[in-house]
Amino acid sequence: MVKARMENLTIRYGKHTVVQNFSLDVYEGEILGIVGPSGCGKTTIMRALGGFINADEGEIYINDTLVYSVKKRVNRPPESRKLGIVFQDYAVWPHLSVWDNVMYPLKKQRVPREQSRKMVKTALEQVRMTGYEKHMPSQLSGGQQQRVAIARALTSSSDLILMDEPITNLDAKLREGMLDEIRMLQKRLKTTIVYITHDQEAALHLCDRVVIMDQKGKICQMGSDEEIIQRPADQFVFSFIGASNFIPVIEKSGRYYLWEAKEDLCYSNTLPQGYHRGARNMMGIRPLDIVFDDTSPVRAVISQAVFLGSMFVYFVSLGGRELRLHRSTLDSLDGREYSEGDQVGLRFINEKYYQAENAGVSI
Amino acid sequence: MKLNFVRKNNDLARLDGKRFRMDNIMTFLSFLILTTVVILPVVMIIYNTFWDGSKLDLEMFARVILREENLAAMKNTVIIGVIATLLATVIGVFFAWLLGRSDIPLKGLMRWLFSIPFMIPPFLAAMAWDMMFSGRGGYVNRLLMNVFSLADAPFNINTVGGIIVIEAVYYFPFVYMQVVSALQRMDPTLEESARISGAKQWYVIRKITLPLTIPAISSGTLLVLITSLSNYGIPAMLGYSKNIFTLPTMIVERVNRAGGDFQGIREATALSVVLVIVVAIALFVQRKLLKTGRYDIIKGKSMRPALIKLRAIKYPLLVVSIVFLIFVVLTPLVVIFLVSILRAYGLPFSIENFSLINYQKIFVNNKAVIDSIKNSLFLGFSAGIICLFLGVMLSYVIYKIRPKGGGILETLAVLPYSLPGTVMAIGCILAWSGIVFGITLYNTIWIILVAYIARYLSYTLKSCSASLQQVHYSLEEASRSCGASHMESLVDITIPLIKPAMVSSFFLVFLPAMRELTTSVLLYGPNSRTLGVQIQQLRINGYMTQAAALSVVAIIIIMVSDTVVKAITKDRKGI
Repeated sequence: MVKARMENLTIRYGKHTVVQNFSLDVYEGEILGIVGPSGCGKTTIMRALGGFINADEGEIYINDTLVYSVKKRVNRPPESRKLGIVFQDYAVWPHLSVWDNVMYPLKKQRVPREQSRKMVKTALEQVRMTGYEKHMPSQLSGGQQQRVAIARALTSSSDLILMDEPITNLDAKLREGMLDEIRMLQKRLKTTIVYITHDQEAALHLCDRVVIMDQKGKICQMGSDEEIIQRPADQFVFSFIGASNFIPVIEKSGRYYLWEAKEDLCYSNTLPQGYHRGARNMMGIRPLDIVFDDTSPVRAVISQAVFLGSMFVYFVSLGGRELRLHRSTLDSLDGREYSEGDQVGLRFINEKYYQAENAGVSI
Repeated sequence: MKLNFVRKNNDLARLDGKRFRMDNIMTFLSFLILTTVVILPVVMIIYNTFWDGSKLDLEMFARVILREENLAAMKNTVIIGVIATLLATVIGVFFAWLLGRSDIPLKGLMRWLFSIPFMIPPFLAAMAWDMMFSGRGGYVNRLLMNVFSLADAPFNINTVGGIIVIEAVYYFPFVYMQVVSALQRMDPTLEESARISGAKQWYVIRKITLPLTIPAISSGTLLVLITSLSNYGIPAMLGYSKNIFTLPTMIVERVNRAGGDFQGIREATALSVVLVIVVAIALFVQRKLLKTGRYDIIKGKSMRPALIKLRAIKYPLLVVSIVFLIFVVLTPLVVIFLVSILRAYGLPFSIENFSLINYQKIFVNNKAVIDSIKNSLFLGFSAGIICLFLGVMLSYVIYKIRPKGGGILETLAVLPYSLPGTVMAIGCILAWSGIVFGITLYNTIWIILVAYIARYLSYTLKSCSASLQQVHYSLEEASRSCGASHMESLVDITIPLIKPAMVSSFFLVFLPAMRELTTSVLLYGPNSRTLGVQIQQLRINGYMTQAAALSVVAIIIIMVSDTVVKAITKDRKGI
């Protein structure tokens, strides 16, 4: 069932269009991640959903109720959209105690006293903040304030919660723990969460479904974490979700070459999977998917080697190009050591092909 | 990310369920109130100066500004303003350095002494100085003449020079306050590195410390200059008897002499325009001077700077400073108090001449005095409350709703801050004497209230907006998403968060309103005398001792409210 639906939203700030024709469905009981670089409009979308800004075009439904429509002249104010929102800066009210912060939404919804007390208790239990009821926010750490914000969102609406960069202000260790907690919380309560972040790793870690947006506010890909990692839809998604190398490639009479300034390097005699015939191609490849293979005709020189504990990072130069290559420490147990200046052969596995956007590549 | 909060689809916004949204109502009200309260008086001044009812009239303006006594008043205004400001700056900076950066003892005592002038209105201080140093009648003059068997009074305060000195000693604490905080926030490593590079102490003070505090010094100087140029109380108390006029006192004199004749009031408006021009030039010159050299080395966080050892000159300096401060700050208070318990003005200060008869005279069956206290309390409270609510609303509109033209709103609201009180009063006379909308407030207490609101609105606006800007948008958005309406969010979240600022901003209006003279002296009617006006009237009519007694009452009221506000704001919780 669709919990929230955005249809053809267009939002402009003055002349600047932030998002154009943005459509997205949020399904009940899922954690949907909206991921994109800073300034891609993801916060704008959340604010439009929450009712804090008005879209210039489009419609928004929450729980099958139309809450915003330019055409039908509907605009429900934030207080009647029945959402819980967790803000990036927590937005825990500094003049109210933890208890009063979490109680506030219930007071506004006129929930009977006994019931509301129970609900606040449960919410605080869920975020493991029992015992802090009387504390003022200034007495809490950042992580604890974040929990209070989540508890408040839970009492505000336990079935649809928007989270805008909720863990960005926490330190790295807390971030990891908080992600797991959000995940477990969601599984227990079966709530729907829209999670907005610029941190693709956090999103892939947490979310059932991820939407990746580009700088222009366009949706590039939507899918499960696995789909996105296995089959990035385009070059932007490929590079956004992890370290990557891009190499222009060309086909000449059935053989496939890495395009080089001096001399093209043949790396395959058969049609690679996913190759777009008759178009400019750009090979995208993860550093872990380039392996050393002495039999390969593709020869390169190691220009730099860095040991990072769990893996080695090599920078190899191939013609005029520098590629990044990762090798797991386990693989290097085979006894073969590679050091700077060594000549190596490279083999590409699991590479992706994209129609080249880069006009600098000539065929 | 900075978000633009201008509501776009206005017709959509209406579909909130209500035809008029709170945002729009508040924005509209803000524009309306500022236009009537601030713009209208200013426009009326310009209109009446250059328009004689039927045609453009520049001739009157030229005639007024070229009249000899007016030229003399302009000259006096500029001379007094500039020299008093320079003197005040030198003294203020010296004390700021002494207390901020040297190891002089008894700093607590000196800081306390510095806080006193802020509580005594300038006309009261001038009155006290007049009691001490006016020709042969001044108490200190008489003492000196006796001790040294002088034939003539050694000092005569009723001169331009006298006014300059009194303004300087009254205003130097303003410079001190600005500079001392800058000195305390200055990064000490800047000076230390100069010392390490081999510079001598005095050289460091001249070449490092002073230049770095120039922004603070110049803002203090500008404050003093503008206040001095538009000051009415001191020149009125000291210069009036010797026919020494400045622009503000001349404006008041013109209105009084006119006796309701409109042509006379028009001449006063012409002088007001001149006064505004003088103040504007001062502002402009200061901007120009400040442009060359903006330093951001003074940080917000407080650091403990290294104190400079005064060594041999420590105790001589201490004695000189304490004596000077006590003399300029405490003696006026003591003299006012002593005069207030004298049987008759002119008698020597001795036990047999002391009595409480003056207090009895002003309090028992003296309707004029009781009314003036009631009026001032009423004005202080109502102006305080009204300015408080307008200040909250305006700062909310300007900083949270951010409508189109929000910048104009802000400019309008702070404009009266640099507009002399005399000018504001003239504008109010013109605007509220039945000329516009047929509303006549003249001679009632309401015209004083309107003038106070116009003058003091910028105080509450500044205080409230500083606090409101710390309340992040998300705090209110969070409550909206929790199911609170816009109004409920304001009441439950925003207002409680800025409450401390609201309380102190009430007193920011109440205190100056209690000791106000400049505006009310032009606007009072038979039944709307304020404390300041009543004190001045008593003095002019020769009841010096009663004037002193009423002054003591005024000072006590002011000191008590000041203590209250300090107690309230001390335990304010940070957001």
